[in-house]
Parts: sequence; structure tokens; C-alpha cells
Amino acid sequence: MAVTILAVDDSASMRQMVSFTLKHAGYTVVQATDGVEALEYARANLVSLVLTDVNMPRMDGITLVRELRQLDTYKFVPMLVLTTEAGQDKKMAGKQAGATGWLVKPFNPEKLLATIAKVL
Amino acid sequence: MTMDMKPTGLPHAAAGTEQYLSFLLGGEEYGVDIKKVQEIKGWDTVTRVPYSPAYVLGVINLRGSIVPVIDLRLRFSLEKVPHDATTVIIVVHVPGDRGERTVGMVVDAVADVYDVANANILPPPESLGAVEKVFVRGLANQDGKMLILIDVDGLVVSSVDGASQAAA
Amino acid sequence: MTLDLEMEEIIKVFFEESFECLDAMESGLLTLDTTADRETINTIFRAAHSIKGGAGTFGFMEIAEFTHSVETLLDEMRNGMRAVTPDAVQVLLQSVDVIREMTQSAQAKQPILTVGADALNGELARILAQKNVVAAAPITDTAALPAAAAPVPPKSAPQAPGNVAVTSISGWRIHFVPELTLFETCNDPMRIFAELAGLGRLDVTAHTDRIPPLPTLDATHCYLSWTLVLHGAIEQARVIEVFDWVETVSKISYEPIYLAPDAGVPSAVGAGAAAPVAARPAAAAEPAAAPAAPLVVAKAGSDAGSIRVATEKVDALINLVGELVITQSMLGRFAEKYDPEDLESLRRGLIQLARNTRELQESVMQIRMLPIGFSFNRFPRLVHDLSRKLGKKVELKLCGENTELDKTVLEKIGDPLVHLVRNALDHGMELPDKRLAAGKSETGTLELNAFHEGGSIIIEVKDDGAGLNKARILAKARERGLVEPDEQLSDEQIYNLIFVAGFSTADTVSDLSGRGVGMDVVRRNINDLGGHVQIFSNEGVGSTIRIRLPLTLAILEGQVLRVGKEIYVASLVSIIETVQPTREHLSSVAGRSELFKHRDSYLPIIRLHDLFDIEPDTRDIAKGLLVVVESDGRRVSILVDELLAQQQVVIKSLETNFKHVPGLAGATIHGDGTVALILDIPGLIHNFLERQSGRIELAA
Repeated sequence: MAVTILAVDDSASMRQMVSFTLKHAGYTVVQATDGVEALEYARANLVSLVLTDVNMPRMDGITLVRELRQLDTYKFVPMLVLTTEAGQDKKMAGKQAGATGWLVKPFNPEKLLATIAKVL
Repeated sequence: MTMDMKPTGLPHAAAGTEQYLSFLLGGEEYGVDIKKVQEIKGWDTVTRVPYSPAYVLGVINLRGSIVPVIDLRLRFSLEKVPHDATTVIIVVHVPGDRGERTVGMVVDAVADVYDVANANILPPPESLGAVEKVFVRGLANQDGKMLILIDVDGLVVSSVDGASQAAA
Repeated sequence: MTLDLEMEEIIKVFFEESFECLDAMESGLLTLDTTADRETINTIFRAAHSIKGGAGTFGFMEIAEFTHSVETLLDEMRNGMRAVTPDAVQVLLQSVDVIREMTQSAQAKQPILTVGADALNGELARILAQKNVVAAAPITDTAALPAAAAPVPPKSAPQAPGNVAVTSISGWRIHFVPELTLFETCNDPMRIFAELAGLGRLDVTAHTDRIPPLPTLDATHCYLSWTLVLHGAIEQARVIEVFDWVETVSKISYEPIYLAPDAGVPSAVGAGAAAPVAARPAAAAEPAAAPAAPLVVAKAGSDAGSIRVATEKVDALINLVGELVITQSMLGRFAEKYDPEDLESLRRGLIQLARNTRELQESVMQIRMLPIGFSFNRFPRLVHDLSRKLGKKVELKLCGENTELDKTVLEKIGDPLVHLVRNALDHGMELPDKRLAAGKSETGTLELNAFHEGGSIIIEVKDDGAGLNKARILAKARERGLVEPDEQLSDEQIYNLIFVAGFSTADTVSDLSGRGVGMDVVRRNINDLGGHVQIFSNEGVGSTIRIRLPLTLAILEGQVLRVGKEIYVASLVSIIETVQPTREHLSSVAGRSELFKHRDSYLPIIRLHDLFDIEPDTRDIAKGLLVVVESDGRRVSILVDELLAQQQVVIKSLETNFKHVPGLAGATIHGDGTVALILDIPGLIHNFLERQSGRIELAA
């Protein structure tokens, strides 16, 4: 069964980068351009992991995580927030909202894959 | 009368040979690389362009494009003959600074298509003047007759770019 | 390798995105000047943030580092911790320029220079060091301005001990007591243990003391706690890193185990004690951003090879072609069955054909048309920067941005417009105190206005500045010998003097436009496009520069004329009138130049037949026609044999297959299928006069 990852980022180049890396590692990737799109998808589909940027218009990553945790199906899906903030506040906010952990940008493909492997 | 000479209908030449379209000019037979020949046209009204040497007759309208026409007789310093309904213009396309350019050349008549083996091409003789050397690629012995092979690119460049009369 | 190609494509997307973000930042910053709007600041911040993230990910570290500094300042502004000052906005605008340059270098695969960035870093630091207007909350962002080039994955801020020499540590005893809710974030202790085991030999002891009686047991809670002994000389930071994600929802303590046999009790280095008890109070979650109004950024068609066309235009074209096909088949019937009685139908068919062709032509021209807003959109920034630099207060008004014109004309009118605007700001606009003294408002107005008139587009550059000083211009011209001491000039002629090469009445040469190299080039560029430029001015009130340009370069309104057997076409725009000269009006000077007395001036006569070596109908001027033409303010008359029709002609290039010929601007296909040459009036005039006088003639 394919492992599907939902990648959420308003930057097309970042989305494509993540998607490219993950696909080549054998994962199936679904892309969403912001929290609203991601939430809509999640309501109808289940994925193995959610990877989301924090700073996005319409709905940011932290809010997305919080909303996803409200869904029964997503109570036990690992979620990682991608943040360029090295600051504690974003990480804490993510955790508070229910995120499993975080990954700090910029990351290289190896780090991305290693981190994902830890939670899947 | 226009004959489209694009190579689609013609059999391809064997390896090591090139196909040449030959034409007659002042009793001699000349050959041009057939890949450069776009079409063969009949005579058309030519509009004179000022500040041009005598062998640049002017420009014609070729399906909406402005195409210069060179009189090869005059270019090769042969005797001028009047142009009439039997006059033939060979339209060639050659590479240029701005991309491909299309040029017409007035000849006496079109002759044939030959497969010329590269091995059979002799270098132009020393007796040719410096001017002619620019556009003669070599001589070929074809079925017993001599075919003067023209370097069309060089011919066009030297005739169009190289030449211009001073403004009056 | 397809992998590399894919990456290349993704990086291309990054560049496109970055330029869009930079444009959005610039537009946003320009509006911040007047309204420091929360949403705008947020948008600008997000754009910078996006660039930083992407740049770092794709390896453009210089860009990532510099953008980080910019982002820091923007972050303070959006959090209300720092006021938006004009000074800061200016530095931010300059930063945008620098980031743009760096990105362009990256895109061109050239080394990224950090000169600009280094300079601005100083400015940014200066602003950041200034006392905040609002009492600052401690900045929790622990990332300092990074100096290293490589991305350093930041370690979580632990209760890090002092530097304990690693060599003396032989292991760690870790007490891990997670909160009951550990599983809610999908964190699995097994995962953590596996990672630890990767660092060294791990002994795990579980404690079940927290497990409640079965009836009250909640299966989703984590009741277990553990004592872990990790063997190996491992850095505490590395160990702590493993617990990064669960640190805030657990109690963790790290006790180093020492080698020293006589130490007895494993000494707990003070700082290695109690880990944070509860999750730190989370900072307020990122406020859900209200949908940002999309900042419409018009991209000028800088790619000369392609055009973006609105689908409506293409649809209109398809419809017209359809009508043409119908007309053609209708006319085709006559070729098959010609009935002389049916001449009326044939005539109607031909009229319809003419209409179809005309509409089709107009529609196709429309495709090459773009709104002038693409050119206007560079001016807000330009005027903002320039007025600041000059110390003047200027309000820019743009009108008619949707007025469309040919893409090529649009591209070529850009630079001349920039020069005219610079000129207006530099010379036309007065300093604020001078304006007040003159009874004007402190802030001047510069207006760019575009509209269609007839078959042309008119662009006006209007300022309410000081206007042109006729006396000064005249004096300067006399000083330079451009004008005879007693020569009388009309207002228009005086104003036109400023278009002469090298002419400038600026007392001090400002680096912007005082050198006078600009105006003659401006006029020449406009003339080359087939247009005209006029100046209107009112001293003390202001000036208006009015440019008239053809809507398209591909079609010419032409006058067909004949010299001998040859047909030529002259642009109607250049023709003043055609006259049949009488002998009294003809004269010659020193047997060289022939002159024609036209109204009150003497115009040189160009014998086209001479110039082009044609056999004319007549060499006697009095038996021919003189076409009076004008370009660049100079008038001459051209001798021809006959005037034929006036018609629109399609301009075709002579240079594509042939070459440039002096005196000719191109060629066109005449009605009978033959080629007619198009005269280059400005070129003819210029060359003729130059040859006649042996020097460059100046404005008459």
C-alpha cells in the first residue's frame, strides 16, 4: 500500500521541491497550496503524514494542524510543520496545536527523508 | 511557373555523396547543393533598389516576402542577356546573421539533378580569380562533363553584403 | 539526467516566484508611505519570508541570509513592535533592489555579489538598534544574523550545561516521564528509543507506577515512564536533540555518567538537572491571515519573442476568419460560373471582402496591443525615489493606463518617457519652499496621461512646475551660436531648442539629466517610431510634453508617388503638403543647392531621381511636383513626377533577406503584386542636409 504524504506550502517551488524529493524516495505525494485546500482534501481522504509550511495565506500551518486534529481520522496521523523560524514560539505553537514535530527550513533532501522516516 | 524543389519527393543521395541541382549559364554547367534550393521560379517583375551593383537586379515579392534577385551572368562578368518569359530564377535559402535569408538567382536554364561523390570533387583551379574563388567550391567530373560546384552561402554573402555602391 | 532537469525546472519556478514576491514587496512598500496598513505589512513580510525559505532550500545562501535580515525588520513591524518610518521604508525598498539583483545573478548562473547586501546590512542594523516606539517584548527568535554560509540546523534551546568535556563522559542516564497526552501528537517513545539506540548501547527500563486500575484506564494515554541508560561518549546536545519534539510534553532529566572510578556518585553537573516541567506557554498562534488583496503586478513584455494574448482577442479573430471564409466561398462561385447579369452580386461580394479584410486586419493588430500601464508601472517607484533624492514633494497621477498600443512601440517608448519624467522632476518641479513662495501648494503634481486620438496614441507628461524660461533658452541658444542674434523665433521654435543635442540650460549638471544628452535622443527615438513630440509651456504654471505615436509599426499611412518608372511610398505623417512650384519660387545658391520658397522659408530641394539614379519624366522642377516633408523640426522639399493614391501599406523588411539601404525604410507589396519601396524621410533629410552643408544642421 502506498504511503501518501500531504505537502502543504503556498510556494510552488517549495512544494515541488518537497514533492520531487519524496516521490523519488517512493512516497506518493498530494500537494495543497494552503491550509484551506489541505483541510478540504483531508476531510475526504486519509494520508499517512502531513507536512505543512507555517506561513501561508488563508489558513496558516498551525491552524491547519489544529483543525486536522479535530477530525477523527486525523487524530493519529503524524504531522510536521515546516518552519524557517528557529524560534521557540513557532515550534511551541505547533506542538500546542497538536503537531508531532517540526522541520526547520532550509533543509536538505536527506534531512527531510530522515525525519519522515522517523515518524512513519 | 514554380517548381518546389524541397527534397521530400526526391530519392536521397547515398552516403558520401551530395545532391546538386545544376543550371546552365553562358555555356557552362554549374551545380548548387540541392538542400539549399527552395524553389525554381519563372521571371517576375523586379523592383530596382538604389545603391546596388548592376548584378543585384532588385527585389521581388515572393508570397509576401521581399526577396533580392541576383543576375548571375552579370555577377560572373558574362555578357548580359534580356530577361523574358523563359528566364529562370533559382530561389535559395542560406544562413545569415539574422537567421535564414532567401535570395533569387537568375540563370539561363535549369538542367538536372546529380549525385556527386565527395571524393570526385577537385579543388578549384588556381586560374580562377580571387573573386570567383569565394563562391566556387570545386569542380566535379560528372559523366564526362565538368560541373562547377557553387558555394551558395559564399556567393550570397559576397554579392549582397559585400557589395554596395556609394550613395550618389 | 532527468533528475537534474526536473530540479532545474523547479528552480526556475523559484526564480519566477521570487521576482513576483519582490514586485509585491515593492508595491506594498510604496503604499506604506501613505497608509501603514496591517495587512499590507503582513503581505510584505510573507513575501520576504517566502523568498528566504526558497533561497535557503535551493542553496542560494547569500540571498537567504540577507533576506533574513530584511525579514527581521518586517517581523517587528508586523508585530507592532516597531513603527513604520519613511526611513525604514526607504531602506527596505533598497533592500528589495539588492535582493532582486542577487536573484538575477543567481538566475543567470553568475556569482552573487554581496556588496549591496553588506552595505544595507549596516543600515538595517542601524534601524533595528534604534529604540522602539512600542515597549519591546523580548524577541524570542534565537537565530542571530547568521554569518556562516552553510545552513546550520538550529538545535532546540535546552537547559544546556557548560562545556563538559565529552571524553570524560561514558554515558547518560535519562529519566523520561512523558505527559499522559504524549500520543495525541503521534509521538511514539519507541521511535525515540530507536534513535537513541542508534547513538550507542541503550538499556531501557520501564516504570509502570502511573498505570491506573483498568476501569479508569484511558487507552490513548501514556502512563509509562522510563529510565534510559545510554552508553557512550555522546554530546549532551545530541542526546537532547532526540527528545526535541517531546520535550515540552515531558519531564526529562539527563545525568551524565563519568568514567572516573573514584568519583563514586555520578556527579550531576548542575545544569543537567530538571528539564522544563510543563510545556512552555505557547506564543499566540499565528493569527489566521485575512485573505490578502492580490497586488496586481503588471509585467512588462520584456521577452521580445512572445506575447500573452487575452482569449477574447483570439476568439474575435477566429470569428472574423470564419466570415472571411464564407465571403471567399461566395466569390469562388463566380470563378466557376460567371454570369454577366450577376455583376451586382459580384460587386457586393467584393465590398464584403474588403470589409472582412479590414476587420481582420484591425483584429490582428489588436493582438499586438498591450496597455500602456505596463510602461507606466515603473514610475511610482521612480518618482518616489527621485523626489526624495531631489528633496522635492511630488504626487504622481497616472491616467489612461488601459490605453493600448503596439508591443514594440510600448517597449521603445519606455526609456524616452523615463527621461522626460526625470527632466520634469529635476528641472520643471520647484523645491517645496519655492513653490510656497510662489503661492503654489508644497506638493507638486506630475501627471502621465495616455489616450487614443485618430489613429494615434497620445502620451502627455504634465507638470505644474516652473515651466520653460523662454528668455533663458533663447539666450543660451544665441550664446551657442544656434540662433542668429536678431533672429525671431516663435514660442514653439524656442521650446524645440531644448531638443538639440548638447543643449541644456541647467546651471549645475545634476547627475540625472542636466548633461543635456537626453532630449535629442528622446526626440530621435520618438521620430524613429514614426511619432512626433511637442512642448507646451506656461512660465510659472507648468509644462506639458505631448507625444504622438502611431498605434502600430507594421502599417503605414502612405502616399504613393512616382518618379520616372519607379514607385515609392512616403509616410503621410511626414508630409506637410505637395505643391506645384512656379518658377518665381525657385532659386539656387552658389550653383549648388536649389531652394524653393515655401510660405516664408526657403526649403532645400532634394532631387530623388538623382539620389536614386532614376530616369525621371522631367528634370525641370517647374514641371514636376514638390512634396514638402518635415522631420526633427527640419523641412525640405522632394521633387517627384506624380502623386498616386493615399493608402495604408504593410511595412515589410528589406533587411531580412537583403540589407539596409540608406534612404529607404522598408518595402511593401503594391496592389499589382510588385514591390514598392518605402522612403525613409527622416533619414533622407538628415543625410541630404549633412552632405550639403558638410556639418550637422541645427533646428531652424
